[in-house]
Amino acid sequence: MMRYLKGVSTLAFDREKCTGCMRCVEVCPHRVFKADGKKAAVTDKDLCMECGACERNCAFGAIKVGAGVGCASALINGMLTGSDPVCGCSTDDSGCC
Amino acid sequence: MKIRYKKPTGCCEGPKDPTSAGSCSSPAASAGSKEPTAATSCCAPIDAPVSKTSCPQPSRTELPKEIKKTDCCQPPQTKLEAEVKKTGCCTPSDQGRPARYKTVSTHLSFSDRLRHIRCRLGAFRLSYKINPGLYAVGRPSDASEVFISANYGLSFDILRSSLAGSDAWILVLDTKGINVWCAAGKGTFGTDEIIRQIGLAGLGKVVTHRRIIVPQLGGPGVSGHEVRRATGFKVVYGPVKASDIKAFVDAGYNATEEMRTIRFNLADRIVLTPMEIRPALKNYALFSLLALITVSITPEGLSYQAAWTYGSRLVMLGGLAVVSGAFITPALLPYIPSRSFAVKGFLTGLATTIPALWLTGWAEILHPMLTFFSMIFFPLASSYIALQFTGSSTYTGISGVKKELRYGVPVYITGAVVSIVAVAAYKLFEWGIL
Repeated sequence: MMRYLKGVSTLAFDREKCTGCMRCVEVCPHRVFKADGKKAAVTDKDLCMECGACERNCAFGAIKVGAGVGCASALINGMLTGSDPVCGCSTDDSGCC
Repeated sequence: MKIRYKKPTGCCEGPKDPTSAGSCSSPAASAGSKEPTAATSCCAPIDAPVSKTSCPQPSRTELPKEIKKTDCCQPPQTKLEAEVKKTGCCTPSDQGRPARYKTVSTHLSFSDRLRHIRCRLGAFRLSYKINPGLYAVGRPSDASEVFISANYGLSFDILRSSLAGSDAWILVLDTKGINVWCAAGKGTFGTDEIIRQIGLAGLGKVVTHRRIIVPQLGGPGVSGHEVRRATGFKVVYGPVKASDIKAFVDAGYNATEEMRTIRFNLADRIVLTPMEIRPALKNYALFSLLALITVSITPEGLSYQAAWTYGSRLVMLGGLAVVSGAFITPALLPYIPSRSFAVKGFLTGLATTIPALWLTGWAEILHPMLTFFSMIFFPLASSYIALQFTGSSTYTGISGVKKELRYGVPVYITGAVVSIVAVAAYKLFEWGIL
């Protein structure tokens, strides 16, 4: 499995708040979470692409991640225009998405 | 479940005259057919076993293309009628009107496939939208599964073709014509839109179960527990790929690890490269024009000789940098050293530029300053183009891309300045000033 840069993901998991519903295990497309006994656990944080699916589907606030588009052209456009980086898919024909 | 009719009741009354085909808006009737069509297109034959939703769906051959509305039913007049309608004919919506949906085929036609190729190649993909709302595949009943999709035609087509042989509902969200994954990132494929479309479709009356299957890649936009709180529908995340849906349902809504994992194999990457090459070509055209003009201007006026000797080589090297960054790097992504896309692109750029300069003898033909320029500029151009592929890749996160830019942008700016200085020095040498 391909991994992106080491140690950059902002994923934070609070095991205390976890109730073991395993929704994060279900929804993560990179298998960052696994069932560990009655609670979830992080397998390898470097697999995380910060899509934010886990945080949004955690009803107990146990997961925090600085989700956003991992897209260089969106970030560069954001830098140039001083706006928030948005994926350009719907506005122009840039290569994003 | 199969039910039997003793008598055709409810919506299934024959037309009083050939031009008003009962209450049925069958395709033939609305097309102005003189034939009495209601008895065959709208209603189940007497004593024939019919499935629950057979009534609103005429046979395929009578469908105008693939669309059929289900407003064939009038409000029930009698208690018996009401009972039949509830179970056999129409599915009332929240407003007490029959739920409206369209029936679509699971077969992808030649023109569908042609549209998919156009989507992959260019800007057409932004206009391949379908109407949001409820769709039927096969002959779904109130026990059939409900799949959620985006209104990007390509997403919808992949889902419906994956449901071949099944009876199911598809609830299409309004994602402004964007695919599930990208729309989920923006939030248009999201909690609020699911809640809204469930309400608009009257889904609570269409199906008796309380379960919707949301594509796993919609997860970033959808909060399962909030959807359930608002609508009562439990969100079950389907597999990453629509092609695994049948296996997923057959396994009792269990996806294997394999089905839950997003891949990025060679075919996945190659199919995305046209949309990397396209934007790069715009800049390439500008580069080629500037390169030809710059080398042509000599002290003796415009030189076609210089344009040919130097310009054509620079233009070819530029083309190679585009291929290197937008095609070779994505294609060979896992095999190129480094995790950074910028470094991968730079290495590929070096690996293409160096042989192009020295194996062809161009390094001797070009002015030394132009060779120096080529060694700086083209690998960095390849790097910059490759970095754009982070937007298409399935495993790059925002923090990593920010880090790449933090280190990369100063390098790109420095490289651009050095390149301009190199070209200026070449001109000064040529003009005999240095």
